[in-house]
Amino acid sequence: MIEPGRPRSRAPWPFLRFLGRRLAALVVLALGITLIAFVLTQLVPGDPALSALGPVTSADPEAVAAYHEKWGMDKPLPVQYLTYLGNLLQGDLGISQLSHQPVLDDLRQTIPATAELAFLSMALAILVGVPLGIIAAIRQNRAADHTLRVVSLAGISMPTFWLALLALYVFFFRLNWFPGGGRLDPGVLPPDQITGMYTLDAVLQGQWSVARDALHHLVLPAIVLAAFNVSLIMRYTRSAILEVVNDDYVRAARAKGLPERSVVLRHVLRAALPSIVTVLGLVFANVLTGAVLVENIFSWPGVGQYAYQASIELDLPAIMGVSLFVAIVYITVNFVVDVLYGVIDPRLRLR
Amino acid sequence: MTTAPTPTPVVAPPVAQRRRRRGPEVLRRPLALIGLAIGLAWFVIAIAAPLIAPYDPLAQEFELFQPPSRDHLFGTDELGRDVFSRVIYGSRLSIPLALLLVALATLLGGVLGALAGYFRSWVDPVVMRCTDLVFAFPAIILAMVVTASLGPNIRNAVLAIVIVAWPAYARVVRGLVLSLGDSEFVQSSRLLGSSSRRALVRDILPNVAGPVVVLATLDLANAILLLAGLSFLGLGAQPPDPEWGSMVAVGTQYFQYWWMGTFPGLAIFSAVIAFNFLGDSLRDWLDPRGASRDRGRGAQTP
Repeated sequence: MIEPGRPRSRAPWPFLRFLGRRLAALVVLALGITLIAFVLTQLVPGDPALSALGPVTSADPEAVAAYHEKWGMDKPLPVQYLTYLGNLLQGDLGISQLSHQPVLDDLRQTIPATAELAFLSMALAILVGVPLGIIAAIRQNRAADHTLRVVSLAGISMPTFWLALLALYVFFFRLNWFPGGGRLDPGVLPPDQITGMYTLDAVLQGQWSVARDALHHLVLPAIVLAAFNVSLIMRYTRSAILEVVNDDYVRAARAKGLPERSVVLRHVLRAALPSIVTVLGLVFANVLTGAVLVENIFSWPGVGQYAYQASIELDLPAIMGVSLFVAIVYITVNFVVDVLYGVIDPRLRLR
Repeated sequence: MTTAPTPTPVVAPPVAQRRRRRGPEVLRRPLALIGLAIGLAWFVIAIAAPLIAPYDPLAQEFELFQPPSRDHLFGTDELGRDVFSRVIYGSRLSIPLALLLVALATLLGGVLGALAGYFRSWVDPVVMRCTDLVFAFPAIILAMVVTASLGPNIRNAVLAIVIVAWPAYARVVRGLVLSLGDSEFVQSSRLLGSSSRRALVRDILPNVAGPVVVLATLDLANAILLLAGLSFLGLGAQPPDPEWGSMVAVGTQYFQYWWMGTFPGLAIFSAVIAFNFLGDSLRDWLDPRGASRDRGRGAQTP
């Protein structure tokens, strides 16, 4: 790898080059996504101006013409795409035909709701999945491992929406331990918006009863959403650990008399970490996927619900806005995972 | 190496040896057997649905919301239809459609991946950037938007899932073809004068088959889940079709009548876990070290 003539002092550069290459790929991908979002909306028949402006305004030919001109719809497709990109760069995602608000404002309201759900659910999945994966790996091919394998396969086979239904039936309808949906009990006022995540905002403002109510609403959907990811993280952790567990340095650690607990936690887990981090990109995608279904059942006013409404009603600006947002967040997460991977495993920076 | 007219002797050993040595073993794994049994059972149920189902799945002729009883094993729904018969008939939609769409995705992804891996030049970057684009969206969001744009019905839902599913195959096949293309036996077959088509079909394809079969089996599970998810959202099968996902959706509206959603959901779960058991065992068998763990979108489902 190291060429003979090259001075060793350039050591920090490969990492920057690695970052630069990833960033460039990110930009290309983002452009591609806008193109896809644009093409998708072209597939839909009908004049978007008519539905965007509503029946009253669209009777006015001037208003329709103005709308056409703003989005360049009287021009050929490539020009339309450039106009769309131009508006996008100014943060203008258009007006939602459903809410009659700018799509950006809609996203500002719905994103925190999903973020709150996603964070709690991912935290739960990691906290449960990693230890179970470790147990499965150190008990490889024994009863615990076999049991956990069946459990994890069951976990990834369970339709999220069905699990949500069962959870609601048991814990809301039968036992009434948890509320049946929404973010707060009726009558409870949401805290002032700081982050938009109710639990966090309420805690920041010291409104403990609101925080407790918000958390109470959050727990059940978060657990349902975590089920799939617990299984996934468990499986990745198990195989990541099994890949390193027979390496020489692990044997050396054992040979020098370290207790098994610290061999596994300090040495094996450290080496398995990069593989576990990789799965987080996938976990995040699953959270977004699951959110569409879970939010639907728990009437959770998040991005998933918004995307669903937009698709059903063919609200084009909203669809484009959501796809763009989701895709960009998603590739950013993968980018961060890649970089983290490079940080944790220095060998990869050179590739 | 001899100047044999066909390169098959060179290729055959890895595939043939593996079969001989490990062939029966996969069937000794209990999970594989359970998966195979449940999968086959659903297959038979789908074919023999009219013989098994006690009533017409569309007939609205019973008292509404009856709990499970001897006459109605899974109870009746909000229109007085027999839920058991509807679950049985539901297999006629989910199972064949999942098979169809996985076949389409395998074909499309496999061909594009093979072309990209073998000819490289401009084909490779174009195909790979397309897979990047599809992977940039969580599966259900892309499938949802495509289905909604084309019009919500089951055919478009299948089409949307194919669009979401093919890149996983393209990547796996491309990776394998890339590494196999450089391997000695393919190089020597080319040197002996076989055409690139022959090299692809006779030399490379047999060695790609294993991982693709694993991916496809696991993807059957994902396909059933995604199709049910889209139908659950009202973007796939339309009423009154007996489809498992849309039956669960109706169940959520009447969830005090637990049987309406629980049994169709159980049907989805059992079919999905069958293919997951089978695919997971197959993968272990073909690749005990788990090197092909990373199966791209294969792992992502609702």
